[in-house]
Parts: sequence; C-alpha cells; structure tokens
Amino acid sequence: MEGSEAIAEAMVAAGCRFFAGYPMTPFTEILERMAEFLPPVGGVCMNAESELEAIGMAWGAAATGARAATGSTGQGLALMQESISEMCTARIPLVVINMGRGQGDYFQATRGGGHGDYRTPVLAPSTVAEAVELVPVAFELADAWRNPVMLYGDYYLGHTSQAVEVPDLVTAGGEAKPWALDGSTGGSGQAKLLSSLGEAKQRDGVGYDLAEHLERAGAAMQAMSAGVEPRCDVGHCDDADLVVVAFGTIGRFVRWVVKELRSEGYRVGYVRPITLFPFPRDAVIEAARGAKSVAVYENNLGQMIDDVRLSVLGSCPVEFIGGLSMDSSGFGVGSEIDAPKIRARILAELERVEAT
Amino acid sequence: MSETELVGQRVVLRTDRRPDNATLVDDFTPDLVDVGAHHLCPGCGEPIAIRSAVECIAELGAVERTISVFGIGCYTAFSNNLDVEVLQALHGRAPSLATGVKRMRPDALVLTVQGDGDMVNEGLQEVLHAAARGENITCILLNNGVFGETGGHITSTTVLGQRTKNTLDGRDPERDGYPILIGDLIASMGGSAYVARGAVNDAGNVARTRRMLAAAFETQERGEGFSFVEILTMCPTGWFIETHEAPDYLADVLAGTHQIGVLKGGSR
Repeated sequence: MEGSEAIAEAMVAAGCRFFAGYPMTPFTEILERMAEFLPPVGGVCMNAESELEAIGMAWGAAATGARAATGSTGQGLALMQESISEMCTARIPLVVINMGRGQGDYFQATRGGGHGDYRTPVLAPSTVAEAVELVPVAFELADAWRNPVMLYGDYYLGHTSQAVEVPDLVTAGGEAKPWALDGSTGGSGQAKLLSSLGEAKQRDGVGYDLAEHLERAGAAMQAMSAGVEPRCDVGHCDDADLVVVAFGTIGRFVRWVVKELRSEGYRVGYVRPITLFPFPRDAVIEAARGAKSVAVYENNLGQMIDDVRLSVLGSCPVEFIGGLSMDSSGFGVGSEIDAPKIRARILAELERVEAT
Repeated sequence: MSETELVGQRVVLRTDRRPDNATLVDDFTPDLVDVGAHHLCPGCGEPIAIRSAVECIAELGAVERTISVFGIGCYTAFSNNLDVEVLQALHGRAPSLATGVKRMRPDALVLTVQGDGDMVNEGLQEVLHAAARGENITCILLNNGVFGETGGHITSTTVLGQRTKNTLDGRDPERDGYPILIGDLIASMGGSAYVARGAVNDAGNVARTRRMLAAAFETQERGEGFSFVEILTMCPTGWFIETHEAPDYLADVLAGTHQIGVLKGGSR
C-alpha cells in the first residue's frame, strides 16, 4: 500500500470522522484518500477553499467531539499557524498531517510560527508501517492532552509502497469528551463555552481573564510537554565513536548505512528521534556518552541540530553533515538521498573524528 | 417587561423611560443572556441585535440544540454571557468553524456572530465560500461601518464620506475605495437561500430585524441552505457623535448605502 493511502486508512481506523484539506504536493494524496474513505463510514471530508478554512472546519468538527484532522505541507501549514496556536490555547484536540517537502520545516513543526506560548507534539515516522502505528497514537495524544498533534512525513513517506496491515481499533473515537459541544446545555444555566479566551462565564462574576486563562493553558501545555513520552530508535551507540542523529526518511537511510558500516567494523551508531517534540533528549545524551562526536544529518541546512546541541549541552562536539537534497521541483527529493552518498558523508566524518 | 402604549392605531414600545414594574437591569434581560450588565458603550446597537437573536432561538424552541460561533469584536463581550453553547473563533474565521460544527451536528441550529471588520475585512473569503457552498448555517453580521473595538477605524463597509479615525476627512473613494455591500453580494450567490438587512435604530426596525432572524433560522431548519442577516448597529463612540444622535445617523448615513430590506428569499 502507498504511504498516503495507508496513513488515510489508519486515520479512519483510529476513528477520524472529519477531514478538511486543500491540495498541495506531497499532501494531496492524503486528501484524495480521505475523500474516498470517509463517506462510506459516515464521515465528512471537505475540500476547503484554503488552508485557513481547512483548519477552521476541522476546528469546528473537533469542537463537537469528533476525531478531526487536517494537513498540508509547509507553505499551507504556514497559513494554519494562527489556528494551531489558538486551538492549543482553547484546548481543542486536532491531528495535523504535515507532508513536508524535504525537512526544511523542522522548526515550523517543532517551534511553530503562531502566537503565544504553545507546543504541539510532533511524530516523525520513517516508514509506512511506522506511520500506520503512529497515526492512532497521534489521535490518542491529541484527545488525552486536548492539544493539536502533528504527524510529520515527507514526499518519500507519502509515495513509498510497503506491505502493511492497518489494525481495526475497537476503541476508535476515544474517551467521552465532556467539554465537547452538542447544544444540549443551552438553557441549563450552564451552557458550555469553548474559547481560547477562557472558560469563565460572566455570570460567575469573573468573565474572561486572560491572565488567569493563559496561566492555566500554559500549565496544561507544560504538563503535556513533560507527560508525553519521547520516542526514539537507537542503535549501535554503546561503543560508538561517532553517533549520527537523523529523523524521518533520512533517518531510515542513516540507520541502514550505520548497520552496514558496523558490519564492516566501524565504531558508529545512530539515533533516530521519532518524537521531534518532545525531543528525546535523554536518549541523545545517553547515546552520546563516550562518543567522540555527534553528527546530524538532515535534508535541510541544519535545524534539528539545535535540539541535539541543546541535549548534549556542550559535552560532546556536534557537527552538521546533511544538506539540501532537491530537484527542480523543490519537493525534497533529489540525488543526495542515496545510501552510498550518505555513507560517504558519515565515513568522512568518522575519519575526521578518529584523526582528531 | 417593557411597557407599551397605543399611539393612534399602533402599539409602541416605550423606550424613553423605565417601565414602572422593572427596577433592575436584569428585569430587561432575556433568559438566555446570563448577566444584564455588559461593558459595551452606551448607545451601542450590538446588545439589541444579540438579544433579538437569542429571543428568536428561544421562540423557535431550539435552545437545547443551538451552537453559536462568535468572531472577535466588541460583541465578543457576549460570547461568555449567553446561556446557549458558544464556540469562540479567531477574527474572520467563524464561518469555517460553523461549517465543521454543522457537518458533524446536522441537527443543531448553527449560527455565527461577526462584525463588519471580522466578516467583511479579515474573513470575506470565509463567508462568501460558505454562501457558495450553500452551507446550511445562519451567519449574522453586526454592521456598524467601523472597527469599534479598536476605537473607530475604517472597515470595508464604511460608507463614502464617513469619518473614521484613519479617514478623518471622511471616506474618499479616490483614496479609500468603495464600501462592500456584503448582503447584496451574498444575495447574488447561488448557495444563499435567505438574505436580509435589518437595523436596530428604532423599535420598528428591531421588530423587523427579529422577523428576519426568525426567517433565517427557519430557512436553516428547513435545510434550504445558507441564510444571512446583516444588522446595522449604532456605534456612537466609533462614529464620534453624541449617543442620542446615533439612531438617526444610522438611518441617514449607514442605511443610505446599506439599504434595509429582505434581499433574497422568504416572504417577510
């Protein structure tokens, strides 16, 4: 099954019943598949007039308690930033499928470009099978923490075909959501309010108090940041002189190259962060213990390297060995995403480290 | 609670003095507004418009299945002051949220409340596409021709010649362009089923606007598609005039361009 189809099928299996999107490569196929898969299960897929409306529609659907999702690629997600941050403050769950062009949107995904103090957990699968495994995790995290959660893939993930099994989830739909709107509390004297400005009604003699609400939303965000378990794939780091850190599609290539180099006796290991936020800081620290150097390989000009440096905090040198791999399309494919070339860069770095 | 008297053949609501049997603000407040006092300026038309909307919801018997989506403006003061369910949207974005709500809860009565800055400036695309889709929701526009909350700045519905804080000598079409007649625009679209423009500057217009709101909600209840009620509201603060001058200013200035009446559908 192709990655986009598998992700869409996994979303429906995880109980997603609303999707809205605007076509953009390499996200388009997710939208196509959701338009195909949702109506037969009683769900709704909207072809929104822009990414602004796509996330707005998903926001409205999520407010009714439905498992809802949207997505795009970096440019479209740039348009969604205001809504993502506002939904964090309003504490509304959402899954955002980010099919990136290359890995240049790491900062956008992990820091966000919206206003205020907010964070979104980011899951970065490297294979179709892992994506299928992480899709229900994304919905569960979103519901559990009442916060948007991002699944960050790329062109390769969306267009790679792999044999996978999408499990049917009996729990799909999640827990009851007492905050969700259905209109029924109208006239009760306690009508629900779902707002980024606060939950206190004027009748309580309080009204909107942003100082109080932002403190509470901030505390929830911090609890989420501490409570979401970082995920990481680590290999061959015990006696490694060089530890290579890479995520997503690139992480898959790096893992393969490192295993090959190990079989030839080179003292090299890898760390592949699966959650980009929260970043698997402890795993990186542990992997780098005893290493002479840490190398970071990304298909961008160096973004995750900041998180690696913030993890090891100067206890170990951290060097960037990645770089852009683009063809004329700008979709983040290109000749550098090639195991022999990645092997050559890792080997060159290992030789440099061993020589110093 | 309000007093009426017979003037000639017409029953007239007395608004020039307090009814004898009411002493507190709450005595004038409909059940679905939680607290009588609000922080909007004296002479503001928005509370009358919102009161009218919630009274229509009550009359329709839809209180326990209404979900309202609020934009950002002065009227947001009511988003946490109603006893109907409220979803707060970003500035300009209420129609897309309402779309998601309605698609997942087709049996709910779903309405948006936005101002002219919110709907016609920031979110014009949202409301036009919702209308074009024939989305079965009701969008309410509170149109006073200024950004009231920021202190009286030009919006897309400010009429020619109208003084605002950043058009001190009046809106000049050479420099500032022309106002958008949003109601007329929406009425021209295929997906809109009911479109009307009312006002709250006098009792007659309030009564007429209430009939428009009722017709819009009934349009949604019958599943006929997009319904839209534009309500001209007074903003003496943003118009830089005396409070008591605002109703006439609305009639003479705003309603001269944004003409009151049913623009599409319905018999009312």
